[in-house]
Amino acid sequence: MKKYTYTDKKDTRSGFGAGLLEAGKRNDQVVALCADLIGSLKMQDFIAAFPERFFQTGIAEANMMGMAAGLTIGGKIPFTGTFANFSTGRVYDQIRQSIAYSNKNVKICASHAGLTLGEDGATHQILEDIGLMKMLPGMTVINPCDYNQTKAATIAIAEHEGPVYLRFGRPVVPIFTDPDQKFEIGKAWMVNEGTDVSIFATGHLVWEAIQAGEKLAEEGINAEIINIHTIKPLDAEAILASVRKTGCVVTAEEHNRLGGLGDSVAQVLATKLPTPQEYVAVDDSFGESGTPEQLMTKYGLDAAHIVEAAKRAIKRKQS
Amino acid sequence: MTTDTNELKRVASQVRRDIVRMVHGCQSGHPGGSLGCTDYLVALYFSVMEHNPDFKMDGINEDLFFLSNGHISPVFYSVLAHAGYFDKAELATFRKLNSRLQGHPTTHEHLPGIRIASGSLGQGLSVAIGAAQAKKLNGDKHLVFTLHGDGELQEGQIWEAAMYAPHNKVDNLIAAIDVNGQQIDGSTKQVLSLGDLNAKWTAFGWEVLETKGNDIDALLVTLAEAKSRTGQGKPVVILLHTDMGYGVDFMMGTHKWHGTAPNDAQLAQALAQLEETLGDY
Repeated sequence: MKKYTYTDKKDTRSGFGAGLLEAGKRNDQVVALCADLIGSLKMQDFIAAFPERFFQTGIAEANMMGMAAGLTIGGKIPFTGTFANFSTGRVYDQIRQSIAYSNKNVKICASHAGLTLGEDGATHQILEDIGLMKMLPGMTVINPCDYNQTKAATIAIAEHEGPVYLRFGRPVVPIFTDPDQKFEIGKAWMVNEGTDVSIFATGHLVWEAIQAGEKLAEEGINAEIINIHTIKPLDAEAILASVRKTGCVVTAEEHNRLGGLGDSVAQVLATKLPTPQEYVAVDDSFGESGTPEQLMTKYGLDAAHIVEAAKRAIKRKQS
Repeated sequence: MTTDTNELKRVASQVRRDIVRMVHGCQSGHPGGSLGCTDYLVALYFSVMEHNPDFKMDGINEDLFFLSNGHISPVFYSVLAHAGYFDKAELATFRKLNSRLQGHPTTHEHLPGIRIASGSLGQGLSVAIGAAQAKKLNGDKHLVFTLHGDGELQEGQIWEAAMYAPHNKVDNLIAAIDVNGQQIDGSTKQVLSLGDLNAKWTAFGWEVLETKGNDIDALLVTLAEAKSRTGQGKPVVILLHTDMGYGVDFMMGTHKWHGTAPNDAQLAQALAQLEETLGDY
């Protein structure tokens, strides 16, 4: 089992900010838009470097999405920035018609996703965004796990032709992936090989899954942990290869259990390889105010809950 | 390209024939607004806009047009076909299975001339502003034109865009509003009053022009005036005072032909009022 450690912690949104600056340096067609949340999205460095390629739209997300679609028509590669709630639910029809159905090369970049937004509470803690976005034909959906991976993903989506939803967050979390990694859209990342249970995790839950894997190992359970950073297109091949070895599954995500990574995995398994599966996800509810850590514990999204889910999955496999 | 208004009127007559025949052919679609906006689109595509029927999505070094009220697709398709974007025979496929001429315009079927899907209302002005900003970044001096319904102004996104463009000096943009006073459920006055549109757009910081929307001579004068006001720090909007259903007497002055197709007798009655000038598809 590979041991993962960290020496630094940062927020994934800062990885986005660093990646956006780098993408802007590599390609002068990259432009950015923001709806009055520059600081929250960490877009200051891009704006300082390329002021003429930045568009402040004010608190008008629908207009921002339409403008982004229009900018692609002149060959630009627009990155929109606002909270995940205002990047998806608030502007779903604009994304559906002007971006997805029109197949525009817009990168919808969404911070403060999920419960870990914390104290602002449920109005801002969207837990439905992955489901909303993955249902749109042609939309790529990515949820990286740490600062380095978010930076790499941001650079990668600039080079990808087509609409993308990139989801990241507010809290400071361990940095445990390679700073020089090449991010491959749609390619699952093997975190740790194992034989007893497959843990498919995305976003902030990847680190929790690693912690869970260590606890399981102490109890003699050999968990395979895979980071599904791309929820659509889903790496079905990697999922099936893992499940053929292990025979049971845990999915872990900071999202409603309806419509998220778990359901995408379940659909693959139900049609190709029916397998016992346990969900670590929010149980069809809204969030609430609290610290990120308190919320992840209360709503069952931490390493301890992944350990319990893994044991349940293994038990179901054996019965 | 021509400034010969008689020639433009001949094109408009043929486009109107196409509209009623297309809508009759599939027994669905929106003839009223299409007929009312025929003169404006003919003026744009046959006299005012510098555009290239050898279609490229990026539209660099040409003027662009965005139809925001996508339900008047019949007039858009007919004008594009006559302007050379695709064979006019394809108009016969309008709203039929496997057609590129979907009920509402889409890029999904790769129909030349279409750069954005529209139909869900209120989105086209934002798209046009983005395209206009891209032109500025590209050093492209060409203009971006849009068309919106007056009922469409009830959508909030329009006013987000209306606020953005003057603040950011998007002065390579000429928007137009089809002020026909009608929407599906009745007159705009009955459904949700638009108030003083000139005062509203002026207050938002736009250059506002008003013209008769079914008078080609007046349209050419107004569009020339609109172009002369671009490049001076403000976006331009034209309030087009049109008659829904213009050109077909029994379709005028009512909202009833917003989304209704004529039957065989009504088609014959309509065509009798519209001269065939360029040949039916």
